[in-house]
Amino acid sequence: MTDLTATSVLPRRANFDSDEMVARVKRRYRSEWRFKALGGAALVLTAVFVIAVLSDIVIKGTPAFTQHSLMLDVPVRADVVDPKGTRNPEDLRSADYFALMREALATAIPGIEGRAEKKRLSGLLSSGAGNELRDRVLADPTIIGTTVKVPLLLSDDSDIYLKGKQTRVLTVPSRGTATPSGTTGEITVLTSANDFADDLVTVKKALAARIEDEKSRLAIAEGRGESQASEVANLKDEIAALSARAHQPGVEEVLDGKMPSLMVAINGGLVKLNRISASSATGTVYIPLKSADEAAPGAWSVVTYERPESNRKTTDIEAAFLEKLRADGKVENRFNTIFFTHGDSRDAELAGILGSLVGSILMLIVTLSLALPFGVLAAVYLEEFAPKNKLTNLIEININNLAAVPSIVFGLLGLAVFLNFFGLPRSAPLVGGLVLALLVLPTIIIAARASMKAVPPSIKEAALGVGASHQQAIFHHVLPLATPGIMTGTIIGMAHALGETAPLLMIGMLAFIVDVPQGFLDPATALPAQIYIWSDLPEQAFEAKTAAAIMILLGVLLLMNGLAIWLRSKFERRW
Amino acid sequence: MTYQFFAALVLLVAAAFVVGQRRAIAVSSGQLAQLHSLPIYHGLFAAIGVFVPMLAIFVIGTPIVTWLAQTAALGLYDAKIQSDPLQSSVILRDVVSLSKGQFAGDASPELRQAADDFKNVLTTGHWVVLALSIAAGLASFAAAFGTVKLPFRARKHVERFALIVLGACAVVAILTTVGIVFSVAFETYRFFFDPSLHGKPSVAGFLFGLEWNPQAAMRADQGAISTAYGFVPLLVGSLLITFIAICVAGPLGLFSAIYLAEYATPQVRAFAKPILEILAGIPTVVLGFFAALTVAPMIRGLGEAYGLNVASESALAAGLVMGMMIIPFISSLSDDVINAVPQSMRDGSYALGATKSETIRQVLLPAALPGIVSAFMLAISRAIGETMIVVMAAGLAANLTLNPLDAVTTITVQIKTILVGDQEFDSAKTLAAFALGFVLFFVTLLLNYIALRIVRKYREQYD
Repeated sequence: MTDLTATSVLPRRANFDSDEMVARVKRRYRSEWRFKALGGAALVLTAVFVIAVLSDIVIKGTPAFTQHSLMLDVPVRADVVDPKGTRNPEDLRSADYFALMREALATAIPGIEGRAEKKRLSGLLSSGAGNELRDRVLADPTIIGTTVKVPLLLSDDSDIYLKGKQTRVLTVPSRGTATPSGTTGEITVLTSANDFADDLVTVKKALAARIEDEKSRLAIAEGRGESQASEVANLKDEIAALSARAHQPGVEEVLDGKMPSLMVAINGGLVKLNRISASSATGTVYIPLKSADEAAPGAWSVVTYERPESNRKTTDIEAAFLEKLRADGKVENRFNTIFFTHGDSRDAELAGILGSLVGSILMLIVTLSLALPFGVLAAVYLEEFAPKNKLTNLIEININNLAAVPSIVFGLLGLAVFLNFFGLPRSAPLVGGLVLALLVLPTIIIAARASMKAVPPSIKEAALGVGASHQQAIFHHVLPLATPGIMTGTIIGMAHALGETAPLLMIGMLAFIVDVPQGFLDPATALPAQIYIWSDLPEQAFEAKTAAAIMILLGVLLLMNGLAIWLRSKFERRW
Repeated sequence: MTYQFFAALVLLVAAAFVVGQRRAIAVSSGQLAQLHSLPIYHGLFAAIGVFVPMLAIFVIGTPIVTWLAQTAALGLYDAKIQSDPLQSSVILRDVVSLSKGQFAGDASPELRQAADDFKNVLTTGHWVVLALSIAAGLASFAAAFGTVKLPFRARKHVERFALIVLGACAVVAILTTVGIVFSVAFETYRFFFDPSLHGKPSVAGFLFGLEWNPQAAMRADQGAISTAYGFVPLLVGSLLITFIAICVAGPLGLFSAIYLAEYATPQVRAFAKPILEILAGIPTVVLGFFAALTVAPMIRGLGEAYGLNVASESALAAGLVMGMMIIPFISSLSDDVINAVPQSMRDGSYALGATKSETIRQVLLPAALPGIVSAFMLAISRAIGETMIVVMAAGLAANLTLNPLDAVTTITVQIKTILVGDQEFDSAKTLAAFALGFVLFFVTLLLNYIALRIVRKYREQYD
């Protein structure tokens, strides 16, 4: 043992009151605070993301739960509905109810002439608008010959317009009087005060903004080089023309589809303006005026449809019709029962999830009835009866690996074996259920094994001591006690299977299936596959429907997981 | 036909069970302790004795009967037609539909005769099978009745049967893996080595090719359409998106786990755990919808505001959302390993004067490192195998790029795209999807295996 001298390597006792020591401790505490803050921030960020996803879905999906319909008085004319007068259900079913709708629409907005305008008016309705009336006539033929107030379903674009998603409508009250030159066709409206001056300025500003856009596109085109020479020349011409118009305030302006649409609501009618100057405007009458009298200040207004006509689906005349119907109180927003009672459809307003819900339920039945018995029995065998040798070791490794295999590989298995080798029908709930059962099997086996391991060995040994055989001890004592854990694992596995999409796409559930499946071999689709199909479709209305279907799916999953948690808390025993 | 069989089966089995059980009670004259096995086991023994022969006869007999009927129907035709599988299958299909009354169109007298023969043989055969199985069932019933005696070890036989059933269920799990490997490997083998397949690449061309451009089935006489099956762009796309996902999920997941394990109060834990479970439970199709309709346009708008050229299906959007998807994986696995480090190590560190963060950084994380690395590898394998998010948010263009603002495609997107189209099953394009699936299966298997080995090899044993 070495002698320790006074000048040895022993460190001197640190001076904890020195400045540098105090600063060091402060630094360490600050670093501690920063570390803790980082952890908290990570949690908060994750929570923010979850809330962002869920609220985005809810915001997008809630509008799909209501649908707009027109409540009109429809004359149920006998000569259209039942020309033979026999009240034969087949005749009643195949009558042309759309003709009656057109009549009702003509009464609601009188004075619409011209084939194109009439077509726009009847185009506001859905192709299934006659279904409600037809069902009422079939249920009660005595209404033939009377006039009934019946809801007529609007098309998906009209529905979106009425929900405010296509454009905002701004109304500016008037300052002066206005005198229209006629009640239909092309008319001019003269005002006493320069009521159109503001709009003229707005139009000029919009032109200036377009010039900026074109200039930046010109810069990009020039940057790309000589291959775009003609485009460069076109852009330059356009910019020159627009500049000429923009830099002359006060001169009359022609309105086109790329600018916000301007209308004048006067004397109960609507005029779409084509040309404006500060004090007068010329345009086409969309809704006939009641008279050509002078309108007092405040009795007429200038209406702007903010989004330009070329940027939206609903044209100005359709918007005008819808606004008039809404102002007359004929539009109703009702709960969308079609979503829950119909199968899929190419018309967004007639599409529903009933087919995919039934398909999903059938598939889950198949999955549950296959995966649960096989999984639990396999787990019992592996846990209790399997001899401890290399083969069972291999099986164990196997099962743990299967739990981590990507789900699309199970789809490949289903395609190659079930569809190709066994020749089962494509897109059937049976095949989907088989594939999902294979997917869920490892999860159930692992959960069942864990539950059985959690039962104390003393229970089994007591049973053996009383004279039970090994199988009797397991099946009469251990398994019932392990049941809550097995149930929880099964419910979580089913919830996982319900949300799986990729394997189902592989076995053909991408098809467009309208009918609700009746059996396990009928072509069907599942809810997640339906969500995927709808998310691909171009119509804007399908976005809300997809989000609404996602809300239903998440709701069902929430219920299942909640059930699992409740079961666990109620029945789980802590040994 | 099947209904009658199953009705008879259920009836006879139930009858055997009840009778066997009652007989056992009767034989013991009410003193059950004299029996070796409980009465229920005698009943089960009788039931199994009836069930197995009946089912066996049915399962073996029905295909034989069908085969006999098919031979009878085809026997009317020429030997040449009989030996051609395509023609004979067409004829058989017509015969079957005619015999069911579903045939549309005119049937030739030959076809009618064949259909009649088919129906006759089938019906007779099925009745024979049914009669045989019922006879067997009754015979077993009688035999089982005779075995019910006091010392008869019914329970032993029943338990042996039960053991066989249990073992069979466990084998099903192995069959799944065998099925996956075999079916995918078989198609992959055909993809690379089938001589009758046109347009297929070599193994090296597939693994190292830089261009992915699968075209429809090529006939032998078609000219050289540019078809390439190079796997590298897909791999790079998958890895790029996975890298972005790990950059998001790694820090967030790990720090969440550390906070939850070390710093969180029970109230915070009661709030945070459900949020993580909800995130883990959101189906990937929902996250894909969110990525495609909200995140991608947002990133595009941000990028264009800064003058960058962002594709509408950028890898960044898919990677971000995928990262959020795997946060619960990393978080819960890391939480478990950090909690598994013994308290004594923490106490020792505190005793030396370390702050909590210093303890975590210098004692706990190194101790838990193997588990954390394994968690990361499992998360990577999950991200590579993920399909729906990338299908909805990433593109189809096989770009070989490392720029996260470009559109890339991944292995899983290509598998899905190839197989939901209407390609015939045997073209090189369809088999390419199986080859991709094969590679995917093995890559994820490898990652899982490495993760497991790391944990086993480097895990500290504290007990």
